[in-house]
Amino acid sequence: MGGLAEFELVEGDDGKTVLTLSGPYLVSSVGAIDQDLRALEGPIERIDLSDVSEIDTVGAWLACSISSQHDAEITGASDRAKRLLGALEGISSDEEISAPRAPFWERVPEAMGDKVFGARRGVYGVVGFLGALLLSMGSLIRHPKRFRWLALVRQLELVGVSALPIIGLMSFLIGVVIAQQGAVQLAQFGAETLTVNLVGRITLRELGVLMTAIMVAGRSGSAFAAQIGTMRLTEEVDAMQTIGISPMEALVVPRIMAAVLMMPLLGFYAAGVAIVGGAFVGQFMLGIPFWTFLSRIQDVVPLHDLWVGLVKAPVFGLIVALAGCYHGMQVKGNSEEVGRRTTMAVVTGIFAVIVIDAFFAVFFTEVGWG
Amino acid sequence: MAQDETGRELGRHERYRGDYPIVVEGLTNAFGEQVVHQDLDLKVKRGEILGVVGGSGTGKSVLMRSIIGLQRPTEGDIHVFGRSVIDSDPEEDIGIRNRWGVLFQGGALFSTLTVGENVEVPLKQFYPDIEPDLRHEIARYKVVLSGLPEEAVNKYPSELSGGMKKRAGLARALALDPELLFLDEPTAGLDPIGAAAFDNLTRELKETLGLTVFLITHDLDTLHEICDRVAVLADKQVIAVDTVPNLMELDHPWIQDYFNGPRGRAALTAQALDELRRHMDEPVAAHAVKALDKANSKKDKA
Repeated sequence: MGGLAEFELVEGDDGKTVLTLSGPYLVSSVGAIDQDLRALEGPIERIDLSDVSEIDTVGAWLACSISSQHDAEITGASDRAKRLLGALEGISSDEEISAPRAPFWERVPEAMGDKVFGARRGVYGVVGFLGALLLSMGSLIRHPKRFRWLALVRQLELVGVSALPIIGLMSFLIGVVIAQQGAVQLAQFGAETLTVNLVGRITLRELGVLMTAIMVAGRSGSAFAAQIGTMRLTEEVDAMQTIGISPMEALVVPRIMAAVLMMPLLGFYAAGVAIVGGAFVGQFMLGIPFWTFLSRIQDVVPLHDLWVGLVKAPVFGLIVALAGCYHGMQVKGNSEEVGRRTTMAVVTGIFAVIVIDAFFAVFFTEVGWG
Repeated sequence: MAQDETGRELGRHERYRGDYPIVVEGLTNAFGEQVVHQDLDLKVKRGEILGVVGGSGTGKSVLMRSIIGLQRPTEGDIHVFGRSVIDSDPEEDIGIRNRWGVLFQGGALFSTLTVGENVEVPLKQFYPDIEPDLRHEIARYKVVLSGLPEEAVNKYPSELSGGMKKRAGLARALALDPELLFLDEPTAGLDPIGAAAFDNLTRELKETLGLTVFLITHDLDTLHEICDRVAVLADKQVIAVDTVPNLMELDHPWIQDYFNGPRGRAALTAQALDELRRHMDEPVAAHAVKALDKANSKKDKA
């Protein structure tokens, strides 16, 4: 028992060429002999299975295919082997295992076309989504009782309050880096004291809000997409609709409002912490006392820099939350889609924020808030 | 290597010849405070289809997961092919794992692979020395053997209907020519025709391939039609293992409700009618069957 699958070509009693198979013919043992068996030169007129100790469908399949290859009859099969051979009889299939794949020169243009049409559909989709959002905002204003305060408060906490530690740490370090690197460069002109201007203006105007938007996109935009996407997969969104709850009002509006309301606060907080980080560098590396650094900020940073930051913040919040909710609502099919849409929500969110930021930069300089 | 009851080693190229491929002794499963199984015993005979029934939450799936080693039991011992599932180290597990096939409830097909590639996964994993040509052939005939059309072999799971997914899952479960097959509610969510076809397929495969089948089900028709014995899970234990007719004699309230409730009776009548039709083709008998059918539908209405 045990042993290995073996085969032998012999001259039978009746003068016919007989292929005798012996040993176990199982999925675990045929791998070693399959190639040799198939390479056998004919003619084989009979296949004798009487010495086969164990057989499963794989062994039977092998015997079947050898037999049809050489047009040989199978003899000496045990009951079990006969049953297996019977079950496999007539099965022949040459379908490809892998999915059909178009050739390279067809796939590339097809992918490009898909992207183009996908982009167009995406634009339609976003515009439609924005419209639906405005409509449900409008109807909420007319029926303020339907507004979900609890959901809003919950989202305010998730988007805003629980992001404070990470945004604080990030901004502090950014302030430190800007002050330290800026001081090194400014020292070449002997203008280290201008570090205060550098830190104050760049954080309030640009970096505080921008970095916060990126962090919110990563933290909350992705969460929106994943939550809403999963709810779509489990048909929770459909269930809401049948009960008469508008998913727009219940899911999207609170999230978007939370992001719009929280972004200015978070952006201002981030800028403030970054300035504190800069002041630390001033204290320990530049010889500018901590409190002096802070009070100088008031003198060197024009008030409109604060407004620039605060005007941009809600717009960024809207973009990030819109990207998250839109991609979440687009999920259909399988769980893979949730991951894909979440990625897209973050990528498009951050990308759109940076593009809009560039427009804002030009705009504010043109209107004299340079 | 595993041993059968006589203590003989089970060779790599040998089928299990012991009487009980699955032996569960004193199994206790608890999740925190909640005890699912308490001192549960179960033996599955070689070559039978064992149905496992029980109300929702009685731990049918947990029992299956324990046997196939996905759920480490709190206490107790589980032997599959004479070897302990719990103590064996993962390396050694390969000796058992290539002898069983599992069909999960939703099919659990790998969604990024085609049906054929799904079937090839266990083959590649356990027998890398099989040449790709033979492996493709095996995948193709397993798919056909599971009752799918040939073209299904290069379809992705998302392109298949629920019933076809189950069959594709079955094809993957059968990839290694297992001796033991676990089916978790194979007919749930199938239409009655599809469910009956799946039952027939299960029975045919069991007979041709000489399988032992561990089958979790809620489907009374399945129990009546194809199960050799049925294990009833209740009160954290297997309260009875027997044939359906014998179980119906028992005086346990849950068993009585289950098999003698309206659905249980309907399944039984359906089976009896089937039996009649099978054995009698004569016009008189057909007439009798019709009459019985009518009487039955009246009774249902009443």
